[in-house]
Amino acid sequence: MSLLTIEGLTKDYPGVRANDGVSLSIAPGEIHALLGENGAGKSTLVKMIYGLVRPDAGRMTLDGRPYAPAGPAAARAAGIAMVFQHFSLFEALSVAENIALGLGPATPMRGLARRIAEVSAAYGLPLDPDRAVGTLSAGERQRVEIVRCLLQGPRLLIMDEPTSVLTPGEVETLFATLRRLAAEGVAVLYISHKLEEIRALCDRATILRGGRVVATCDPRTQTARSLAEMMVGAVLAPPARAGRAGTRTLLELRGLTLPAPGRFGTPLSDISLTLREGEILGIGGVAGNGQEELLAALSGERRAGPGQILLAGTDIGPLGPEARRGLGLCTAPEERLGHAAAPDMTLVENALISGLVRMRLARAGIIRWGAAAEFARAIVAAFDVRCAGVDHAARSLSGGNLQKFVIGREILQRPAVLAVNQPSWGVDAAAAAAIRRALVDLAASGTGVLVISQDLDELMEISTGFAALVGGRLSAVRSTAGLTVDEIGLMLGGAAEGGDDAAA
Amino acid sequence: MLRLEPRPEPSRAMQALTPLAAVLLTLLLGGLLFAALGKDPVAAMRVIFVDPLLDGYSRTELLVKGTPLVLIALGLSFGFRAGVWNIGAEGQFIMGALAAGAVALAFHDVPGLWLLPLMALAGILAGLGWALIPAILKTRFNASEILVSLMLVYVAEQFLIAMVSGPLRDPQGFNFPLSRNFHDSALLPLVLEGSRVHLGVPVTLIAVALAAFVSRRHLFGFRSRLLGEAPRAAAFAGVEAGRMTVICLALSGAAAGLAGMFEAAGPAGQLAPSLPVGYGFTAIIVAFLGRLDPLGILLAGAVMALTYVGGEQAQYVLGIPAAANETFRGMLLFALLAVNLLVHYRLRLVRRAR
Repeated sequence: MSLLTIEGLTKDYPGVRANDGVSLSIAPGEIHALLGENGAGKSTLVKMIYGLVRPDAGRMTLDGRPYAPAGPAAARAAGIAMVFQHFSLFEALSVAENIALGLGPATPMRGLARRIAEVSAAYGLPLDPDRAVGTLSAGERQRVEIVRCLLQGPRLLIMDEPTSVLTPGEVETLFATLRRLAAEGVAVLYISHKLEEIRALCDRATILRGGRVVATCDPRTQTARSLAEMMVGAVLAPPARAGRAGTRTLLELRGLTLPAPGRFGTPLSDISLTLREGEILGIGGVAGNGQEELLAALSGERRAGPGQILLAGTDIGPLGPEARRGLGLCTAPEERLGHAAAPDMTLVENALISGLVRMRLARAGIIRWGAAAEFARAIVAAFDVRCAGVDHAARSLSGGNLQKFVIGREILQRPAVLAVNQPSWGVDAAAAAAIRRALVDLAASGTGVLVISQDLDELMEISTGFAALVGGRLSAVRSTAGLTVDEIGLMLGGAAEGGDDAAA
Repeated sequence: MLRLEPRPEPSRAMQALTPLAAVLLTLLLGGLLFAALGKDPVAAMRVIFVDPLLDGYSRTELLVKGTPLVLIALGLSFGFRAGVWNIGAEGQFIMGALAAGAVALAFHDVPGLWLLPLMALAGILAGLGWALIPAILKTRFNASEILVSLMLVYVAEQFLIAMVSGPLRDPQGFNFPLSRNFHDSALLPLVLEGSRVHLGVPVTLIAVALAAFVSRRHLFGFRSRLLGEAPRAAAFAGVEAGRMTVICLALSGAAAGLAGMFEAAGPAGQLAPSLPVGYGFTAIIVAFLGRLDPLGILLAGAVMALTYVGGEQAQYVLGIPAAANETFRGMLLFALLAVNLLVHYRLRLVRRAR
């Protein structure tokens, strides 16, 4: 017996068929995974289920009756709830006020706090209804969204990339909640990139590629590798791990301390680490724990005190971005559009943004546009960046291709040290694999690479050392070899203060 | 219900045609304005836009009126691209004229080729210094440069009146608030006989070429654009926002100050409260009408100069009030903003779901 049945859903956007005859069915109490690369049509499909987008063809039935929601309100009324990847919460309002806003105008505030407390206790989602959302962690904010959905008594809960902002401990809590909901008969449609999670949680998986359903399977009987290959439609070669770390120290942080940049920023306190040639140091942790601030301190966007950052023995703390690049430290920030690249500028102009000094793209202040164009074309060629030409705006590239451009731009400068933040965030599996491979190759050529990432699988795959950044503090660095998930969880929870025994 | 929706990729052709569409829209709206005043709109448009082009003297006057507009707009354009909003070029223009005039009066009747360069230097430094006030308040205290630079216009206006009513007043001037007429060596030489076209005109043309080179080929042009389009990417590239703010304000102040010196030592030939006629404000429209591009600014300056020369003629030929002319120029800015909005967004009629 099926709760929701979808038959032949098709949706066209100008120039692209986002969904092409998609069919699937979800049973009550089932946790159903929706898998696919970026652009495979996952979000279009769930938007049609949630009433945000109307299908061009095909039909849906809910409980055997035709289902065609006119909007999200109609979908909610039919018992379908959705937790979005990006939260829509007001930071200055309390948890209860945010939930009341989401439930619609007819919600009485009286008694709501009690209902929130009841639901959050029943499902193991501890929440204080009176706290301001601005003070909550990402995991707690997600709980607010989930509780908001649960208060509506949904029969189908759609979750879009729910674990991308959670620590391993929080992921476990979430999974326990979802399993309890499923046991009560609620169906869950679970969208994720993280294949190990899907294997651990889901009963069934539907895999989309290019807007079509290419496979349906039981993920528990598959390997992460085979799932990824179904998504990509090709055999993936795993990158060889960086081989040998040399002995020469390239980058050294000595008690790096910086105040928070703004009201919602994170201060960096007493961060120390050493990066040697050929080493890939992975820094894990949930975004918002000082990742952005650490990268800004390395790039030179924020200056550090004297003696806190040393590049091959030279104190670069007080230097700006251009001087640091000149000395061999290149960086790639997390946010592609607007930070690593100017959205409305061409790829040639974007090549100039960070390539100016090392690629000698100007002489006496006069830009060598020819050389800049050549550099941009070299990046496009070396990193297989799909674009209509280097004279097109950065905005016109897909996320994965722009990310390849941004990382490639730094790698081709042959830096002594490269620091990147979330190198494969929001990028499809093929592009992510290409980026990881390029980082590994760069380290093999002697560069010291610092990778800040929320994706622990990624860090375990490529890095030689691992440290956790929590609340602006960095744990002791441990060798990746032999590091267990439990140990990482402890480091991320901030419990691994004892760097001493790790060094022993 | 009408809703504005961003266009996915604004068409380049539409962007390039924006100024032209804005001018046409202004003609239409201006025609309505003049018709409402009881004037024949077609005749008014002919007097304003066509007649000045047919008459030799009027053509040279276009150069005289266009020069300060173009020079000031060139200076403003770099800041506007960087997101630094100097609205007070009028004040910097006045201070430049005043400082240059003070130098001219201090060395009255002293012949010498050094006097004009000294006046130009005084004008540039005075305009630059006046623009540094909002720059410093912005970088030190994050005070809005828009408000500070604008309010300093009125300070400069009052300062000019105070000066020509007091220390710089013509001793034989029957107590009128005017300076004496500048001595010959303090007047810009004419480059066209029988006209008022002075040395400032060719200097401004050279400035156009220089600005075009800087904005296309020099790092300063690139960095100012980067800062305006993506401030965080600019920080990543190593562009220091505070330093750029100061440089852009200083540059626009210097250009406005030099334009003030040209005006005082050119067409005016003396200091008077009537010296500022709003070039500093109109230049903002010229800068945007020229799409912040030096060559575009040259064209836009020519169009705007027409409204000055033709507008004056319309005043005495058709009896159109001066205020209507200024309204007309203001309409151009509104038309430009409206067309620009429609290039980047489209209007859609939506029925509310539910």
